[in-house]
Amino acid sequence: MIEARALSAAIGGREVVTQASIAAGPGEIVGLIGPNGAGKTSLLRALLRLVAPTAGQVLLDGADITADPPHRHARAIAYLPQGQTVAWPLTVRRLVALGRAPHRTAWSGLTAADEAAVERALAVADAAEFADRPVTELSGGERARVLLARALAVEAPVLLADEPMASLDPYHQLATVDALKKVAADGAAVIVVLHDLALAVRTCTRLCLMDRGWVVAEGAPEAVLTDANLAAVYRVAVRRGAGGDFAIGRRLDT
Amino acid sequence: MMAVGRPLGVAGVLLAALLAVMAASLLVGDAALAPGDVLGALLGTGDPRHVFIVQDIRLPRILLGALVGASLGLSGAAVQGLLRNPLADPGVVGISASAGLGAVVALYYGIAASFALAVPLFAILFSLAATAVLAWLAGRDASVLTLILAGVAISSLAGALISLAMNLSPNPFLLSDIVLWLLGSLANRSATEVVLAGPFMAAGWALLLAAARHLPALTLGEEAAASLGVDLRRLRLQVIVGAALSVGASVAVSGIVGFVGLVAPHLARPFVGYDPGRLLVPSALGGALLVVAADLLVRSGQGAAELKLGVVTALLGAPFFLWLVIHTRRTMR
Repeated sequence: MIEARALSAAIGGREVVTQASIAAGPGEIVGLIGPNGAGKTSLLRALLRLVAPTAGQVLLDGADITADPPHRHARAIAYLPQGQTVAWPLTVRRLVALGRAPHRTAWSGLTAADEAAVERALAVADAAEFADRPVTELSGGERARVLLARALAVEAPVLLADEPMASLDPYHQLATVDALKKVAADGAAVIVVLHDLALAVRTCTRLCLMDRGWVVAEGAPEAVLTDANLAAVYRVAVRRGAGGDFAIGRRLDT
Repeated sequence: MMAVGRPLGVAGVLLAALLAVMAASLLVGDAALAPGDVLGALLGTGDPRHVFIVQDIRLPRILLGALVGASLGLSGAAVQGLLRNPLADPGVVGISASAGLGAVVALYYGIAASFALAVPLFAILFSLAATAVLAWLAGRDASVLTLILAGVAISSLAGALISLAMNLSPNPFLLSDIVLWLLGSLANRSATEVVLAGPFMAAGWALLLAAARHLPALTLGEEAAASLGVDLRRLRLQVIVGAALSVGASVAVSGIVGFVGLVAPHLARPFVGYDPGRLLVPSALGGALLVVAADLLVRSGQGAAELKLGVVTALLGAPFFLWLVIHTRRTMR
């Protein structure tokens, strides 16, 4: 269970998150949505304390961790940043095994349990087929799956993922949705930043809509993605189909 | 799954090669000594002149070469791991030049004459400043371009200040001292230098080797590494101080021996699966091997003037650096 209470954060003196409250419990997938620059990534980074919160609290299972540095809670919170670059041509398996770092002691190698976790993560992220290739030789979409596997390998009770579907083809977008659902079904709390609203509806148990640093709506997907909210925040109209499906219709300001 | 034994295997091969080249190096010198004489002299028996040549002239020089090479190779690998960049050699990014400036300041102002530790201390202090500036820049923007340009700026500033010191030199003998020393050499070094620099190097090595297990996570970038349990502030400090101690102490006793910290990690990297943590020990051994071998080359040359070690490593290393820049261009941002 991870929770932010009236959390604010600033980068370079400019407030990018203002009194945001968000919570995700075991089994939940909370989608963090909003236009570019709404503060979604900044809220994730504040939850991780990669930017120091200027006000408010971060709670992990009810304990206040606002002032703790990120490395203190590496076993509890897994983080998949957006657009990561990989500095060295490690093999995929070795890269995914980095996710086991929080569980390892000073000079020990990978234990059998670590290796099993790596294999599970590779399987769930659909990256097992290139496990022995250098990660720098993969395509962008393949690399995204490997990086997802790296985050899954932590097997933390909380997963924060920043646009994990961004560079994926439709098949692997849906595969990633399934991977996140499996992680949640196994008891993790997931907060995921998403741009594709239709995918957000498919994926998330709850949505959290941000605009200019504020959380402006929060709740079940259909309660958040109302015509009024979409018009106010995204400045678009949508066409709705059967079963809750919808598509972006047109811009409202032209 | 992974070849866990392989880095140990690489280290073993490198160590054997290093010991072999060190042994060969003991046999070479101006005085023609038979292998039996050298062995006897090493054990302290035999002709006292031979004992003197082997124990007081050849052995310190070889040991110092190995220590300097290991320091440069280890620092290069660790700094490259920290900055996630294969071009971050202590020489290329200006750490060595700054250490050289520190040593020149100590020599120029005569501090070294009254206080022997002044040269390594000044060298370490100045290289610490340069490394801190680099790490600060890398924390803000880790692009290759920023780092290399900052390195060029730091090197140029250090070079300019060294030139200024030489320009203002009141004494031609001091001037030629500084110039010869800056070229980088192991000639005429004694056990004194080993004792002077050794402890600083050892402290630097300990810090760098302790950082090894946190370097792999940095492959994913600083934020991912922090989320994986890496204390970034501590790691940065550890590598900066470790590299400054070992490079500063090396420059203090051998002058500027460039490109070892660039070449050794690069050659060792494929053998450890590009893992920046496992790279450190093979890189240190490889650096020691390179410097001892280059010094052997320098010493076996027949000619009026002995080539300076730093000149030889730069002649070999600079074209290699150029090749590496071209080769890594596609991954540079």
